[in-house]
Amino acid sequence: MSDAASPAQPARASALARIEGALPWIALGLVGLLLPLLGDSYIGVIAQRAYIYWILSAGLNLVVGYAGQIAIGWVAMLTIGAYTTAALTAGTATAPWHPYLALAAGGVVGALAGVVVGLPALRLRTFYFAMTTLGFATIVTQVALAWKDVTGGGVGTPGPVFPWPFEPGWGFYYFCFLLAAIATWMTANLAASRFGRALVAIRDAEVAAEASGIAKPKLLIAVFLFAGALGGVAGGLFASLQSYITPDAFTFEMSVLFFIAILIGGRGSILGPALGTIILTALPEFAAPLVQWSTFLYATLLLVIVLVIPGGIADLLDYKNRRPLKQHREIAPRPELLSRVLDTSSDRNVLSLSNIALHFGGVKAIDGLDLEIRSGQVHGLIGPNGSGKTTTLNVISGYYAPRTGQAQLNGTALPFDAPHARAAHRIARTFQTPRMIGGASVLDNVMIGGTTQGRGTFVESLLLLPRRHSDEAHLRDAAMLALQTVGLESLASVRADRLQHSELRFMEIARALMLRPAFLLLDEPAAGLSAEEIRRLGALIVAISRAGVGVLLVEHHADLIFDICDRVTVLNLGKVLAAGTPDEIRSHREVVNAYLGG
Amino acid sequence: MFASIVSYGLAVGAVYALIGITYNVMFSASRVFSFTAGMLGMLGGVLGALFIGKMGMPVIVGFVLVLACGAVLGLITEILTVRPVLKSIEQHLYVLSTLAFALMIQQLTAIEWSTEPQPFPRLIPIGPGWLDQQFWLPMLACAATILGLELLYRKTLIGRAFLAIAEDSYAARALGLPETRLRLASYALAGVIGALAGFTGAEMLLAFIGNQAILNFYGFVPVALGGMGSNRGAVVGGLALGLFQQAANYFFGGIFAAVAVFVVFIVVLLLRPEGLAGAASARRV
Repeated sequence: MSDAASPAQPARASALARIEGALPWIALGLVGLLLPLLGDSYIGVIAQRAYIYWILSAGLNLVVGYAGQIAIGWVAMLTIGAYTTAALTAGTATAPWHPYLALAAGGVVGALAGVVVGLPALRLRTFYFAMTTLGFATIVTQVALAWKDVTGGGVGTPGPVFPWPFEPGWGFYYFCFLLAAIATWMTANLAASRFGRALVAIRDAEVAAEASGIAKPKLLIAVFLFAGALGGVAGGLFASLQSYITPDAFTFEMSVLFFIAILIGGRGSILGPALGTIILTALPEFAAPLVQWSTFLYATLLLVIVLVIPGGIADLLDYKNRRPLKQHREIAPRPELLSRVLDTSSDRNVLSLSNIALHFGGVKAIDGLDLEIRSGQVHGLIGPNGSGKTTTLNVISGYYAPRTGQAQLNGTALPFDAPHARAAHRIARTFQTPRMIGGASVLDNVMIGGTTQGRGTFVESLLLLPRRHSDEAHLRDAAMLALQTVGLESLASVRADRLQHSELRFMEIARALMLRPAFLLLDEPAAGLSAEEIRRLGALIVAISRAGVGVLLVEHHADLIFDICDRVTVLNLGKVLAAGTPDEIRSHREVVNAYLGG
Repeated sequence: MFASIVSYGLAVGAVYALIGITYNVMFSASRVFSFTAGMLGMLGGVLGALFIGKMGMPVIVGFVLVLACGAVLGLITEILTVRPVLKSIEQHLYVLSTLAFALMIQQLTAIEWSTEPQPFPRLIPIGPGWLDQQFWLPMLACAATILGLELLYRKTLIGRAFLAIAEDSYAARALGLPETRLRLASYALAGVIGALAGFTGAEMLLAFIGNQAILNFYGFVPVALGGMGSNRGAVVGGLALGLFQQAANYFFGGIFAAVAVFVVFIVVLLLRPEGLAGAASARRV
């Protein structure tokens, strides 16, 4: 296969896929634009409500569907946006504002509230976060009831009336339509960018995301700001549509509606949740007896979805990924491409551990370890189960903070407990159990590895500015090249969870190569591979090291270790039992007794 | 005035503490936090008002029936919403399944009972004043529950089995303990405790579907602050929360009280995610 032909094919395929993906949106847009021709103001009001709900859900979709954060009380943003806009327009707290300015203020306040609610997600377990959003929603309603001067308490307050060009009626209809379209466009831009992929990585493979340099707090705060702003704007519009708002209007059941629309549509999709929102908003209106039972039905639906199809409708419709894959596939790495994948500058780097000790309770996982990894060498780390190999790797990549000792890169200390900071030092790794985003394509999975290399910002991604495009093109090419190097380019568009175990191991190496690593830490890469695959893996690892990368190889396959390593360290009970060249180790009496067997 | 803050605060706090214990009993058996805790509390009040107030049953019969309903709902919760998603607990689907079930029950209640707060009948005519039964009844229920649980866990074989499951369910299963049956029993027990909380607190809080969300949140605060699974932590946390809320309510007004509780909750969790009395857990690479 020629180099030129292979990247062209996915490019054409993705252009086709893009047109195919745009069709439903074009259809929805046309219906929305032409709806006023019906002249039915009742349908108009329902459509406006659907647009408003979708503006909120579009942002919430990034939080729930992409980042996987169970934010069940997002109705609070609607409440806050509605009261901010209404109170500022009415002038109950300040001098009266212009309605459009008040709406913008609603967005700003919503964004701030989004961060306040989101902060706990950065540190807390799932249920705690779900509970804080629920608590926030409860409290916002209580405050709205109690703060009578501004909100009118239980009696309520009039909503804003927007002047020309978006005056009540069809003008306001087009206002909602326009904002819904903008919200859709922005979330779609973000979802298809490196930020969108990073969110999914946080959801499905958090540890791998950190190793790829994705800083969860920064990214999530940006998303909470954006989703909160959309919720606030939706609230301002909602207040205007209702024309009079009371705390009763913002029930927790509404939150459930937003949430279920997203889950029905499917996580990681935008069209699905949009359709879900439209259907759930319209359904009770057209079936009058349902109104009383609507929330009960939503809740039942939620239970059924969770128990029967957790992937949502998008998963059911994913026909492309049900075509059978070719049997008896072969992985044929092409190490000669490494010169284009890696940084071939002839810097010599040293990564060293000195006197590292780490205890888990009473267990001494590592007990005074010294280790040195140099550029251009393969360093084997072997030892019985429980001897501290993977723990050593986790110390180097920053997941554990040891009790004593230091890790240094070229003499500078590396901080611990900050795994996402390792990517900047170009220290990449793979995992003992492959960590991947099962629902994303192999190419997307590999692109995760290059997340930190984009230069465009979050806002540039939202607005589709030029740097987003160049980032994406660059990442796509680099990932394709990395896949060719490890020999998986023919599977680039396949869902990662359909790969065989051995293919996942090579995919992880491709992802790690995206960092253009100076050091590569491999955790049992040969486990589960056939003899022939192990041979090819060995050749690839040697080629990687000869290109100037320092490789740390944790393995149980003694043959592979002795074939390809330049130096070998043997661990036993957290201590170095022996260190030296493969030949020295092979004849080391204690090593033979303790580990290799005679 | 001081007496009313203390008695009202302790009484509400006892209800929060009982809901916290409800969370804990379910959590210990399954590592699942269930949104049905608040639902049980809400139903305890509504069913009590229905049986005793509307249908005119004798107090004791109504009381036992309410607890029985709580136990049945606990069993349904386990079978319908917890067991099917336990296998993939890392996906946290239980958050959604238990929430969905709790909402279904809440909506049924709204349609069949009322969406407005309804009065709860007086059970024992003593009072008025701080000796009023609406104050000491929840406190008595809380004390009896914590005492009963301590006896159960420390003195009986089945209680020790509960503890074993909570400590390490794999090891407990390997020892031949019937994990599924014990989990069912725990959920039934949690149902009884939750219903008891709602029943004894209902004269104060009224029989009202809105109590579900309020109890879900304020009942979880003591659990989060006291450390998951710790019943003593939940009691201390619940009583402190009730007192704090009433005092803030009286001195600074409702807005401040609501916001203050939320801020304290978030700040404490951000500083100590494992709770004030809990221990940190290990990493997961």
